[in-house]
Amino acid sequence: MNQDVAIVGVGWEGFSPTSVDYSYKELIYLAANKAYHDANIDPRRDVESFISVAEDFFEGTSIFDEYTPDQLGAVLKPMHTITGEALHGLISAYLMIRSGLFNIVAVEAHSKASNIKSITEVTRYALDPIYQRPLNFHPEFVAGLEMQRFLYESKCSVADCSSIVQKNLHNALSNPSAAYAFELSEKELSEADFLAYPLLESHIAKPADGAIVIVLASAEVAKQITKQPIWIKGVGWCNDSYPLEYRAWDELRYVQKAAKMAYSQSHIANPIENIDFAEIDDIYAYREALTLVALGLADEATIRGLIREGCFYPEGKFPVNVSGGSLGVGNLFDANGAQKTVEAVLQLRGIAGARQLNNPRTALVQSWRGIPTTSTAVMVLSNEEK
Amino acid sequence: MGLRKVAVVGAGMTQFVRRAQETPRELVFKAVRAALDSCELSIKDIDAVCLGTAPDTFDGVHMNGEYLSDGAGAFGKPYIRSYVGGGTGVFVPIQGWYHVASGLFDLVLVVAEEKMSSYYPHAQGAFLTIFDHTTERPLKPNLLWIFALEMNRYMSTYGITKEEIAQVSVLHKRNAADHPAALLGDKNITVKDVLDSEVLAWPVQRLDVSPVSDGAVAIILASEHVARRITDKPIWIEGVGWSLDTAYWTNRDLAYPRYVEVAARMAYEMAGIKEPRKEIHIAEPYDPFDYKALHHIEGLQLADRGKAIELYLSGSARRDGNLPICPSGGLLGVGNPIAAAGLMKIAELFWQLRGEADKRQVAGSPQKGIAQAWGDLMQVGTVVIMGK
Repeated sequence: MNQDVAIVGVGWEGFSPTSVDYSYKELIYLAANKAYHDANIDPRRDVESFISVAEDFFEGTSIFDEYTPDQLGAVLKPMHTITGEALHGLISAYLMIRSGLFNIVAVEAHSKASNIKSITEVTRYALDPIYQRPLNFHPEFVAGLEMQRFLYESKCSVADCSSIVQKNLHNALSNPSAAYAFELSEKELSEADFLAYPLLESHIAKPADGAIVIVLASAEVAKQITKQPIWIKGVGWCNDSYPLEYRAWDELRYVQKAAKMAYSQSHIANPIENIDFAEIDDIYAYREALTLVALGLADEATIRGLIREGCFYPEGKFPVNVSGGSLGVGNLFDANGAQKTVEAVLQLRGIAGARQLNNPRTALVQSWRGIPTTSTAVMVLSNEEK
Repeated sequence: MGLRKVAVVGAGMTQFVRRAQETPRELVFKAVRAALDSCELSIKDIDAVCLGTAPDTFDGVHMNGEYLSDGAGAFGKPYIRSYVGGGTGVFVPIQGWYHVASGLFDLVLVVAEEKMSSYYPHAQGAFLTIFDHTTERPLKPNLLWIFALEMNRYMSTYGITKEEIAQVSVLHKRNAADHPAALLGDKNITVKDVLDSEVLAWPVQRLDVSPVSDGAVAIILASEHVARRITDKPIWIEGVGWSLDTAYWTNRDLAYPRYVEVAARMAYEMAGIKEPRKEIHIAEPYDPFDYKALHHIEGLQLADRGKAIELYLSGSARRDGNLPICPSGGLLGVGNPIAAAGLMKIAELFWQLRGEADKRQVAGSPQKGIAQAWGDLMQVGTVVIMGK
């Protein structure tokens, strides 16, 4: 009864630290044009529903969904906004197609972070206004706390986290769309200032601008319009405790639950064997390692050894963030999941250029909404229908 | 198309008030508790949670969906917040519908919240930042001002008078006197009271407008086989529709909401409704202003253009009339905590179709009802059709 769903088109514009030549509407328009061309469709004729992913405070506009339809060709169509991560938007499109209501849905996510005067101040507004904000702490202090606990539990060092940054910045050199591609040594990265001990400034993904549009279609339509549909095999998403005072600090339970949901749908019993590569959250370098543990791709006892062996490099046993991740591409905030999905699609189609992996079949994409949330989403993609 | 059937099996709401003592998280908790109790479920039974709340500026919290998550019962569960401005309250049940219809979930909790009183000194301030930052914000427009434009256009296009439009406010506020959660119910209000109230932006007067309010509403959606285990009286979601018009509202025909028509036609087609004026027995159109109820009744194809007022003048719109309109008391009477107000309309249809609306119960045995909300820059229509 419920149809399979595939990604049939991707388009993006960016990514760069600033985008002085374009407004957010123009960035979205350019990305949409490319995605519709990739899917070989006309938005006005073929796309039945649209989803935008955005948050008012980042946009500097209340009720931002007002400004979403025109540049996508969505005027007078069923369109809504998901105030979540781009993966939440993609999952919503997936659910709508599975329901049988629509055959083609387009999802848009973007970042115009260069317009935001103080991202730290905006993030501060995400803290509980009664119990947390009066304490007047820098929100990234929360990441420092979490990193401290991770280092204690996993026996990893600050230098191990620097080596994750080194890997992702290096990977970004093979990605022409990445905003922060550098060859930096672990030592150079470890010499940065501490922002919230033990979190170094160099361990934090820097903001970037860009827009991404992804087109999804039902199995029947996907096979008609593209030779290379990328199948969504499983999705999972989960929230944990919003209050800082009640959450588990030693593990990412919400990532564990979301992964379990996605693995169960995609019949993945042994993720490290059944999945070929992953594009996952790395807004903070330590999060990549912590998330790998929560996703069941490593455990707390082995993660340090795997990092040191280079297991997560493109030529390693399990490539992670081949695109450069958020550290290399840039932090696109709620659009991060869309960027990671685009990378998975390019790799699975075999058109990722200089960074193409050797014949991957199954990819894992995961993202997180950042401080202070416990909101995550996971998606398993494959170039094989069955 | 063979869509999976989805039913509403429970509903609950908080009191709608001007200044709630509860925090936003406590408001959603109360509504969720009431909805779960109404169908004797526990939060452990719920598979996923959908949340609707309008601009973050009201609660003054960035990523407000995350802030409300634990109050809304989303701890350890799949949870997504959707958003179409003022239309959110009738969109969030559509979001819940596609969660269940996808086949992934059997029991989904749908929650809507708004706490407008936190915005100091007045919630209208939050609307100053909804306009285009380059072309409109320098003119410093506010919402009352642009709706005054629309009301004027509607009145002059069809030759409708202020006295006639005031009848809408009077009926809704009188209806609300029977709603236990209402903020502005008034059994004795008259047309003269409306016409004598303070002018805000001509032709909009204070009693033409719904109040700034705080409140939360929750409903529970279930797949067919689960719904039949929970209740003997499931109320089915038979049609859903939504449509978003261009952001360039200044180019729009303000006399007629075509986006509501597009959304309504989508919902009617899904529900198999060919003649809405005969097949719909209760309507809960969105009524943040009295003229908007008329506007929306026409968009929903329940009256010809410019003729919706006749339903009020003839008595058809009353609870004992042919097409009861806003038997709940609507936003004008029950209150307008934006997203929660829309979901309140869905809860009202649920209670009316089950025959559980107490003093508000409409006459006869209604089989189908329609709820609609509207929002953004006079731009979005969201429609849900429910049936026994």
